[in-house]
Amino acid sequence: MSAIAFPIPDQSILARREEIVAGLATLVAPEALITAEDERRPYETDALTAYRRLPLAVVLPSTTAEVAAVLKFCGEQGVPVVPRGAGTSLAGGAIPQEDAVVIGVSKMNRILSIDYANRTAKVQAGVTNLAVTGEVSAEGFFYAPDPSSQLACSIGGNIGMNSGGAHCLKYGVTTNNVLGVTMVLLDGSIVEVGGAHLDAAGYDILGLINGSEGQLGIITEATVRILRAAEGARPVLFGFPTSEQAGAAVAAIIGAGIIPVAMEFMDKPAIEICEAFAHAGYPMDVEALLIIEVEGSDTEMDAQLARIVAIAREHGVKTVKESKSAMEAAAIWKGRKSAFGATGRIADYICMDGTIPTGQLPYVLRRMAEIVKGYGLRVANVFHAGDGNLHPLILYNCNDPVEAQKAEDAGMDILKLCVEVGGCLTGEHGVGIEKRDLMTFQFNPEDLNQQMRVRAVFDQRWLLNPAKVFPLEGRVAA
Amino acid sequence: MTLHIPTTEAQACAIVKSVIDSGVPLSIGGGGTRAGLGRPTQTQSTLSSAGLTGITLYEPAEMVIAARAGTPLAEVERTLAERGQMLPFEPMDHRALLGTDGEPTIGAVAAGNISGPRRINAGAARDSLIGIRLVNGRGEAIKSGGRVMKNVTGLDLVKLVAGSYGTLGFLTEVTFRVLPKPERILTLAWRGLSDEAAVALLCTALGSPYEPFAASHLPAGIGAAQPRTLLRLENFSDSIDYRSRELIALLGAHGAPERIEGQDSVELWRDVRDARVFAGTDEAIWRLSVAPTAGPKATAAIAARVPGARWFYDWGGGLVWLAVPAGADAAADAIRTAIRPLGGHATLVRAPAAIRASVPVFEPLPEPLMRVTAGIKTSFDPAGIFEPGRMYAGV
Ligand SMILES: Cc1cc2nc3c(=O)[nH]c(=O)nc-3n(C[C@@H](O)[C@H](O)[C@@H](O)COP(=O)(O)OP(=O)(O)OC[C@H]3O[C@@H](n4cnc5c(N)ncnc54)[C@H](O)[C@@H]3O)c2cc1C
Ligand SMILES: Cc1cc2nc3c(=O)[nH]c(=O)nc-3n(C[C@H](O)[C@H](O)[C@H](O)COP(=O)(O)OP(=O)(O)OC[C@H]3O[C@@H](n4cnc5c(N)ncnc54)[C@H](O)[C@@H]3O)c2cc1C
Repeated sequence: MSAIAFPIPDQSILARREEIVAGLATLVAPEALITAEDERRPYETDALTAYRRLPLAVVLPSTTAEVAAVLKFCGEQGVPVVPRGAGTSLAGGAIPQEDAVVIGVSKMNRILSIDYANRTAKVQAGVTNLAVTGEVSAEGFFYAPDPSSQLACSIGGNIGMNSGGAHCLKYGVTTNNVLGVTMVLLDGSIVEVGGAHLDAAGYDILGLINGSEGQLGIITEATVRILRAAEGARPVLFGFPTSEQAGAAVAAIIGAGIIPVAMEFMDKPAIEICEAFAHAGYPMDVEALLIIEVEGSDTEMDAQLARIVAIAREHGVKTVKESKSAMEAAAIWKGRKSAFGATGRIADYICMDGTIPTGQLPYVLRRMAEIVKGYGLRVANVFHAGDGNLHPLILYNCNDPVEAQKAEDAGMDILKLCVEVGGCLTGEHGVGIEKRDLMTFQFNPEDLNQQMRVRAVFDQRWLLNPAKVFPLEGRVAA
Repeated sequence: MTLHIPTTEAQACAIVKSVIDSGVPLSIGGGGTRAGLGRPTQTQSTLSSAGLTGITLYEPAEMVIAARAGTPLAEVERTLAERGQMLPFEPMDHRALLGTDGEPTIGAVAAGNISGPRRINAGAARDSLIGIRLVNGRGEAIKSGGRVMKNVTGLDLVKLVAGSYGTLGFLTEVTFRVLPKPERILTLAWRGLSDEAAVALLCTALGSPYEPFAASHLPAGIGAAQPRTLLRLENFSDSIDYRSRELIALLGAHGAPERIEGQDSVELWRDVRDARVFAGTDEAIWRLSVAPTAGPKATAAIAARVPGARWFYDWGGGLVWLAVPAGADAAADAIRTAIRPLGGHATLVRAPAAIRASVPVFEPLPEPLMRVTAGIKTSFDPAGIFEPGRMYAGV
């Protein structure tokens, strides 16, 4: 695939490469500076592997002060910078460009302090998402946002993308769970935004930073909320004869005043793929599957499930399978959480990420199937049903350039469909390079210009992750 | 004094454009009830949302409601209640505290990021605000966010506008995520605890799996002779029975609580939410946002510096409502000096205009953040026509 354009590298920067590298070498320890071509290779792409560009150099600082020195230097030199966490972005958010320096926070991976009384943890930006929960789980606490990539992805990257996960129906996404950050601005100044208290002073700059995709500064530390885990959690499988019935059941559950912690939807192709991989015991004679997780004490879960099951029956549910043990519960989630990996074993795929009003679900499922079929391809659907966040996986063969282009086109048609029915282009993966050129579909020029003017407050010259989020044409400064 | 009352977004754009040319700054008014929140502004004209009313979208099964900015908050809450739903963040009513009357609007709830006790569990207004339409200082109609909860398409301008008190633009429509109303609400009240013991109790409860939705401490003399420490549970009825039993056992060391339900419970939490215990006095009122365990430390340090200070705690100790005798600077220096080593910040909520004009109402920001703040203001409102100086001088 080569459809998405990258900016033409600035020849004057490429020509100064040695000088720039020499400058960087004065700022960080030798092992923090990566210049050899084979060692730069791992940084040329992220989880959107169809696109790759070799960066000018990679720096992996160990302290906020080092990040500040490097950023200030790049700013002064007019060299683009690409902030990087673990590089698991599916939207190409961490893919570099030839004239850019990658600044990665992976070495800054310490948990600095835990405060159980105030229910906060202070962590460095390179800590993985799962490590935060790992650190506090012995005390019965957890960090709520749970992207499927949580074993690998970093807190800094989560903030960059405002990541979500299966449990955000109840607990919210990253922006609802971060209280403060330490961020380095392009001129090297270090700012503290928010802290261990609930509402920060002044404009909600913290809210702006969440989901800003590395365009405002580099986050080096974060104060996050940790929550006490419920006494127990139980996922239950519901198999429905049709997607419409599953969708109607979701609406009816919410209408009845019940907010489960998670409601995940899988269509028939997704069920088949995941079951073949995880052997989770998914029913194979249904068209749609819901995984609904409830929380609380045993009796509370029994009571809530009884209500949910009754509603599911009113909507023609065919199979109801409760997990009877921790192992069964883990298997149910393993099937769902391995959807991407399992799909990767049977075909190449691109994973789209749009959000729709849940009332539009039956229509959108039908239209998506038509769109993908129209390109002669197949699609598997897994998504967060409670909040309408779709993840169609479009299957194709990456060795066939024509098919690859069709997959990409089908994906773009689906995202447009999401916007047409009142939803948006991305619910959790971000815009990156992938959806950059569709931004004009969701926003008019005034909307986009206002966003870009706010962006320019932090970065007049468009040096921070410049190829991302906004169309390359028509960019405005402050 | 000119009062502009547009009835469409296009009219609002036209008014703003005409004002840019004349250079006359604008106040933005919701129900026109605006009183002493923020720094006093010098404006000749008001742009009112009174002509922009009505709920434009309500989908109970999608838990979303949208309304034009001038819609009375009461209408939104009534509409939601008919379907057993509510705004998750329990917005405060400032009328008692500020001694004003009028009809609060949903747009101003968004513009002020006004959240009540439920904020500790359900997030602030900004967490539920998922979409806005606003007219910026160029007279352009802008949208950000939308009607779906999960949305990371571009920069989140919704958050910037929440809590900007009209300084970034004129909201014409706001969209909120809503939640089901709980089947039952129960308040547990312990008596006689010191501030430290009370906040320790609240922290233990909030760190338990029993999910309190509100956690407050009213020291002696605040609404009653004896100190009261309050926890509120919300859930299905049988869960409440179970959770309250477990909580009482967990907190046994602090004694046995009283159980309060029904109208008494509603009124108690309304008093906490609206800081009604400080209504009708001439004290200056502050709102401190700190880490919960820092709450009692902050008040002790302030008491040592400011004789006559009174206070109570919400948000498990993390929100301190503080009343001080109205002196020259409303004790601003003493209060900010006291909390500086603890982290957090202080906002002056009520004081005569002369005091609000002379001391920083919002916490002063360090230089780089002030630069960013001023830049954001300029990016929305280059001519500086909206609520000039309401939050910070020059912003
Ligand atoms: C007198 C008074 C009474 C209040 N009563 C309540 C209440 O009953 N319930 C409640 O939840 N909250 C109440 N609040 C607090 C708070 O929620 C808000 O200030 C708001 O609800 C008051 O409504 P209003 O329409 O009168 O706003 P105003 O007092 O007119 O405005 C408050 C602030 O919001 C800004 N603002 C108002 N409308 C817009 C808009 N369309 N676009 C951009 N900025 C705007 C103004 O510039 C100002 O900074 C009250 C506040 C005041 C001052
Ligand atoms: C198998 C798989 C499953 C996934 N499942 C989910 C899911 O369920 N939910 C979800 O939301 N996402 C999911 N993702 C996407 C991805 O994991 C998330 O977007 C994640 O937050 C990226 O984190 P990262 O550390 O890898 O960041 P990167 O990919 O390195 O960077 C992401 C963005 O953040 C910026 N950034 C990174 N670090 C910083 C920093 N310190 N300061 C400033 N900006 C920074 C980058 O410039 C880039 O724009 C999945 C990805 C994969 C591969």
